Amino acid sequence: MKRLFSFKGGVHPPYFKELTSGQPLRRASLPKKVVIPLSQHTGRPAKPIVEVGDEVKTGQLIGESDGFISLPIHSSLSGKVLDIKPWPHPLGHTVLSVIVESDGRDEWISDLTAHEDYFRLSPEEIREIVNSAGIAGLGGAAFPTHVKLTPPESCEIDTVILNGCECEPYLTCDHKLMLEYSQEILEGLRIIMQTVDADRGIIGVEANKTDVISLLEKELRREPGIKLAVLKVKYPQGAEKHLIDAVLKRKVPPGKLPLDVGVMVDNVGTALAIRQAVKRGIPLIERVVTVTGSGIKQPQNLWVRLGTLFADVVSQCGGLLGNPEKIIAGGPMMGIAQYTLDIPLIKGTSGILILSEAETFPEGDCIRCGKCIDVCPVNLMPTVIAQHVQHTDWASVRRYSPFDCMECGACAYVCPVKIPLVQYIKWGKEEVKERE
Amino acid sequence: MNRDGALLYRGKMEEVISQRLIVSVSPHIRAREDVRTIMSDVIFALSPALGASIIFFGWRALLIVSVSIFFSVASEFFWQKLWRKKITVGDLSPVVTGMLLAFVLPPSSPLWMVAIGAFVAITLGKQIFGGLGYNPFNPALVARAVLLASWPVYMTTWTKPFDGVTTASPLGIVKMELDQRLPSYLEMFLGNRAGCLGEISVLALLLGAIYLLYRKQITWHIPVSYIGTVGLVCLLFNRDPLFNIMAGGLILGAFFMATDLVTSPLTRRGKLVFGVGCGLLTVLIRFTGGFPEGVCYSILIMNMLTPIIDKITEPKVFGS
Repeated sequence: MKRLFSFKGGVHPPYFKELTSGQPLRRASLPKKVVIPLSQHTGRPAKPIVEVGDEVKTGQLIGESDGFISLPIHSSLSGKVLDIKPWPHPLGHTVLSVIVESDGRDEWISDLTAHEDYFRLSPEEIREIVNSAGIAGLGGAAFPTHVKLTPPESCEIDTVILNGCECEPYLTCDHKLMLEYSQEILEGLRIIMQTVDADRGIIGVEANKTDVISLLEKELRREPGIKLAVLKVKYPQGAEKHLIDAVLKRKVPPGKLPLDVGVMVDNVGTALAIRQAVKRGIPLIERVVTVTGSGIKQPQNLWVRLGTLFADVVSQCGGLLGNPEKIIAGGPMMGIAQYTLDIPLIKGTSGILILSEAETFPEGDCIRCGKCIDVCPVNLMPTVIAQHVQHTDWASVRRYSPFDCMECGACAYVCPVKIPLVQYIKWGKEEVKERE
Repeated sequence: MNRDGALLYRGKMEEVISQRLIVSVSPHIRAREDVRTIMSDVIFALSPALGASIIFFGWRALLIVSVSIFFSVASEFFWQKLWRKKITVGDLSPVVTGMLLAFVLPPSSPLWMVAIGAFVAITLGKQIFGGLGYNPFNPALVARAVLLASWPVYMTTWTKPFDGVTTASPLGIVKMELDQRLPSYLEMFLGNRAGCLGEISVLALLLGAIYLLYRKQITWHIPVSYIGTVGLVCLLFNRDPLFNIMAGGLILGAFFMATDLVTSPLTRRGKLVFGVGCGLLTVLIRFTGGFPEGVCYSILIMNMLTPIIDKITEPKVFGS
């Protein structure tokens, strides 16, 4: 057997991907209204440029980018602005949001600028297009993509890696995208490579997506500069720094970025969004989301307009099955638990996971088994950090590098006494930050 | 805010989710394994050695193990009742302690001494520090040390397998330079020699050790560095390494005592340091000390150093 790329540490949670991986990718019907938060990305929120009562079209700019690390926001429907007010957000706070009532016609703005001949565009032009299309990383962190595409002069990027690992259990949206939009994604990769002037492209896919692997192998025969890297099925294989380590054997030092080792990593969905923006002029107003879990009648992947409330997405999937105990935006390892279904879908929402039976885990005393340390992909000592947090000894918490933790949850997953290690580390980070 | 949302989504959906949802920090799924699973694995891994002790020392071996387990569980139960703590005997950890204690006792041990040992292991060895996870020393070895100091004659009376005739232990024969036949390598490998209940059969212990390694309940680091150090020092000082590895309690100690989760270091590098330390102390005691065997004390001494080893073997953050 061919040796698969991998990294040290990690866990093997049950995947539950078969719930949705066999279902066709469908397009959700248009919701009656959308709630579009003006912050769906890392960085400063957009500033609203519409008023209550305004008529808007699909793709129309409704929020202006506020500075370099920020993004514009577009209307995902045509209709009327009902209200502009704070609304609950999947990240857990309330965010100023534009509420648009659909007129049912989905009328697009007329001035979409398509660039069929994108290879003639300069890097600056591509960045401008990506910026004004409001593209953020669709893998989850939602960092503005144009910022990523602007490496400092001193950094030379030789490799662009497309992240198609999708190591989170339950989620299959990237899997489905790679199956149905492989050529568009490859085109997106070429656009990124052209923008940062890299001559090597790699697509990283976990070994369990066999259909994607055989499809890409076939298509990459015609693409000399692009390679496929098949990775071991292990969580968190899709973590940026660990993907780079697995594929290229380059280690990104703590506090540094992939570009410091000459690499750029983008999610496959982001590559598709870039291609759609550059080649067809379409701003980011929809994404694929995996709607899944034991609490949903028809688990599947759906193209959904941004701002659609979870409740509307759920009713498109046959509704709830039984009483939900937990509703998660994202996957089960890193997703965020919600307290209501009246939460809008945003750029970074890769999954809506509804669990009809969510276990709660009483916390025990550490038995010092060291499993959290063995699985930590960043080589931290989670139980030691948690202990110092319990003792509110913030100086000691700081000494054990909590800020290098990416909160992947592998430690808390394996813990035999179910200590909520990620929760302690998050708490520790906040307290240490406050004291500095 | 919430009310606005509810107003817009009146009807069935709202009815359903008006009940409470669980909101907690990720991850939202956890591995099935808990303390009980770990302890069950250890008990299963110890059972070949238990079988060997019954074969070589008769049903009395099983009686000693049963008494030890019974009094361990009972001590834990009553201690927790007395202090109104949560009863945790269901996690099976006192069963493991009871088994391990019986395994380091001579086959002729009086049952009352076994019972006292089990009581000491659970109370002085574990519960007095706060219970599982807080004990600095291996509870079974604490009990053995207390029994050895209290009833040295009972604790150093050895019997031959099968017939129960009093004899010296192989390490004792070497230490006292007695004029007695030493067991052959094969006899030691199978377990046909004098010694503590559970330490005699290298074969049975290795079977259990392989299972623990396969189940990832222990890693290779402590046993390999421990046994490796003993073997290496023997080579350096011109002693028989194979004899020294198989003759005493080293195999039992290296795979089942030194690897105790609570009292050994957290990191893999720390485990290597721990194993080397145990190895050096074991040969130091055996070759130059007053006792023929040093496994128990060397592990107890290294238990003391575990917090310091943890401090100096912090792993390097990824990429630094």
